[in-house]
Amino acid sequence: MDRRTFLKAGAGAAAFGMAGGVAAPALSQGAAARTLRFVPQANLANFDPIWTTQYVVRNASVMVWDTLYGFDDKLEPQRQMVEGEEVSQDGKTWTFRLREGLKFHDGEPVRSVDVVASLTRWMPRDPMGQLLRTLNEELVAVDDRTFRWRLKQPFTKMKMALGKNATPMAFIMPERIAKTDPFSQISEYVGSGPFRFVRNEWVPGARAVFAKFDQYVPRSEPASWLAGGKRALIDRVEWVVMPDPATASAALQNGEVDWWENPITDLVPILRRNRNIAVDIADPLGNIGSFRMNHLHPPFNNLKVRQAVMTALSQEDYMRALVGDDADLWKVMGGFFTPGTPLYSEEGGAMMKAANLERGRQMLRESGYNNEPVICVVAQDQPITKAQGDVTADLLKRLGMNVDFVATDWGTVGQRRAMKNPPNQGGWSMFHTWHAGADATNPMIYNAVRANGDGAWFGWPNVPSVEAEVPNWLAATNLEQEREAIGRLNRAAVENVVYCPTGFFLGYQAWRRNVSGIVKGPIPFAWGVSKS
Amino acid sequence: MFAYIVRRVLATIPVMAIVALFVFSLLYIAPGDPAAVIAGDQATPEDVERIRQSLGLDRPYLVRFGEWVFRILRGDLGVSIFTNLPVSLMIQQRIEPTLSLMVVTLLLAVTIAVPMGVVAAWKAGTWIDNAVMSFAVLSFSVPVFVVGYLLAYIFALELDWLPVQGYTPFSNGFGPWIQNLILPAVALGSVYIALIARITRATMLEVLQQDYIRTARAKGAGQRSILFLHALKNAAVPIVTVIGIGIALLIGGAVVTESVFAIPGLGRLTVDAILRRDYPVIQGVVLLFSFVYVLVNLAIDLLYTLFDPRIRY
Repeated sequence: MDRRTFLKAGAGAAAFGMAGGVAAPALSQGAAARTLRFVPQANLANFDPIWTTQYVVRNASVMVWDTLYGFDDKLEPQRQMVEGEEVSQDGKTWTFRLREGLKFHDGEPVRSVDVVASLTRWMPRDPMGQLLRTLNEELVAVDDRTFRWRLKQPFTKMKMALGKNATPMAFIMPERIAKTDPFSQISEYVGSGPFRFVRNEWVPGARAVFAKFDQYVPRSEPASWLAGGKRALIDRVEWVVMPDPATASAALQNGEVDWWENPITDLVPILRRNRNIAVDIADPLGNIGSFRMNHLHPPFNNLKVRQAVMTALSQEDYMRALVGDDADLWKVMGGFFTPGTPLYSEEGGAMMKAANLERGRQMLRESGYNNEPVICVVAQDQPITKAQGDVTADLLKRLGMNVDFVATDWGTVGQRRAMKNPPNQGGWSMFHTWHAGADATNPMIYNAVRANGDGAWFGWPNVPSVEAEVPNWLAATNLEQEREAIGRLNRAAVENVVYCPTGFFLGYQAWRRNVSGIVKGPIPFAWGVSKS
Repeated sequence: MFAYIVRRVLATIPVMAIVALFVFSLLYIAPGDPAAVIAGDQATPEDVERIRQSLGLDRPYLVRFGEWVFRILRGDLGVSIFTNLPVSLMIQQRIEPTLSLMVVTLLLAVTIAVPMGVVAAWKAGTWIDNAVMSFAVLSFSVPVFVVGYLLAYIFALELDWLPVQGYTPFSNGFGPWIQNLILPAVALGSVYIALIARITRATMLEVLQQDYIRTARAKGAGQRSILFLHALKNAAVPIVTVIGIGIALLIGGAVVTESVFAIPGLGRLTVDAILRRDYPVIQGVVLLFSFVYVLVNLAIDLLYTLFDPRIRY
């Protein structure tokens, strides 16, 4: 190309740009201020909060579907869609009345029959719902705004069950959708909450869009977590899925996104250096790291082996591997429930906080452990499980155990942990996981601590003394009685090593400073958030 | 020629059938359980089993394979286990970003690499040749994601010239479209620039020593005419072959690039589907990629006839 041709080409390109070939940004400044761009913890791969219990689905669903009650920041269930409730003298019949003016996103009113169908679909999928189902005598719509639930015996935790934020939550959907089998996925997303799901803009793995629902009637009280007035102050919330934390960090710094749900600890110092970005703890209820041992097969069917491992385990080692040296971010636990919540107990749990490798070795020698291989299945694609797995492998080796470290991905762990075969026949000895603190506040929602054998979570612990305290907690009529029952449960769970907590840890969230109204909570709440 | 094209297109049928059988069988025996992923961490083993049954994952291999083949023959790739969306729709949503990335990368790579290789061969042994080859070695050695992060840091964070991530459809205008593609295309293209430049240089060096080049010089042909008309055309066959292989490799490279630059393309769709064990999506995407490979190979074979009249089909 000669110089003249080059200049002609350049002029042509410039003319193309001026003619509109180079389009203006898609959003005007005003529109940008009314759109919140949010980077969620994971991809929204499906959108049925009953069919799946994934946190990311629950987090999106709270924008779209409302609940009868909602937990506030004191973990107290408050009325949400419900205007009021009456409990019969014998405590067996609950009559609920819905608020006036509640509407679904298709403009139809929310009626009692919708509530009945929604609760009927939710019950089989939720531990508290399953309990309610066993107590159920009759759940009926009395009129469009009133429904009644007759039980075989009193159930004092009704409001907690209907308002809890642990998955699956009791979301209210239109009757025709709620009639879907709870083990099959819904295909219509008509909500009852402050934002509606914009289905035609949903690109799974990339983007999900939620638009303000103008006909939503918020409560008059101030918003507090899932309770109070859920006021949408922005027109659109765009979830931008970013698998790479470094990209999310750069996008936040560059102003391409407004709010990042879970920045990794390593990148927080970089974000803090940027004066346009605020960083704070995301969820004060944090997370509980853990590994579970298979109670059905050697070596962990031997209580003394489990106790040896728990004695030697240093939660500090796990927490430093997971979240680093900032001690404000983690805590060593002496119990199984979420530290800082009303039912947290350290009864019988002193040994959990005092790691003693020598004592553990001695206990292992005395246990009769016969060098059976420990099949330690570790998902490498989850930073939390990978870090924990590395620490455990080192711990078990130092303890003198024969470790078979199986590095795999989360999908495989999910399949393998459900197998009850002996470890050398495709089964497993231990796997790592973690639980949101919000899901570990009482024994009905925290299935990890349950020890009812075949009905228990993976590892299938069978400890009657743990299970005996669950009905005691359910029957408790005040917090003192609840705490007593949980204290005894905690002691039994420690003594029998239902599973091994590896510590309590917090995570961060980060946002642009032109965004306000972001609160610390177990879910990134979009209501009350505005952008200038 | 037409008969050859028909023959080659027909030959794709058994290839696709073998790929289909292989992919289905591999996924069947591979560990992992989509039902467990769907059910989430709080689900009980009974919940997982119920979901597995509702998805039909508990049925025998032959039944599932038969159903799948029957659907494929009707042009139906099935429905994603997770999203409940048709696989064809998911591919349709994701194909434009990947195609755009590949086209821009390829254009960038060819327009830079071929002249670089020609100049390096022309100036063989000089500092220009050394500089080109040093660049090639460097580009070859640095992983795509490192180049990607570096480019994003310099051109997006420091200079604020280009966006860090995302994709804007072409329908929104050429400017926004190309803005989002420059950094990923440069990051992904660096390896291909190196590859094509090296092959071009090596082939050109060989051709430039041929008798007919000496004859052309003796007849007084200009340097540009010798390089681009006489030498490059004769060196084109191996270069086109490498570009063809490059297109196939681009699909793999796009996986990393799409993750680093958060581009919602087929690469990320594939990785997400594999991690979740979304069998219909994996099967659909692999079938599509196989088909593209076959077509690219056919196109390359046909291009040979353009550059070398001795090749006839």
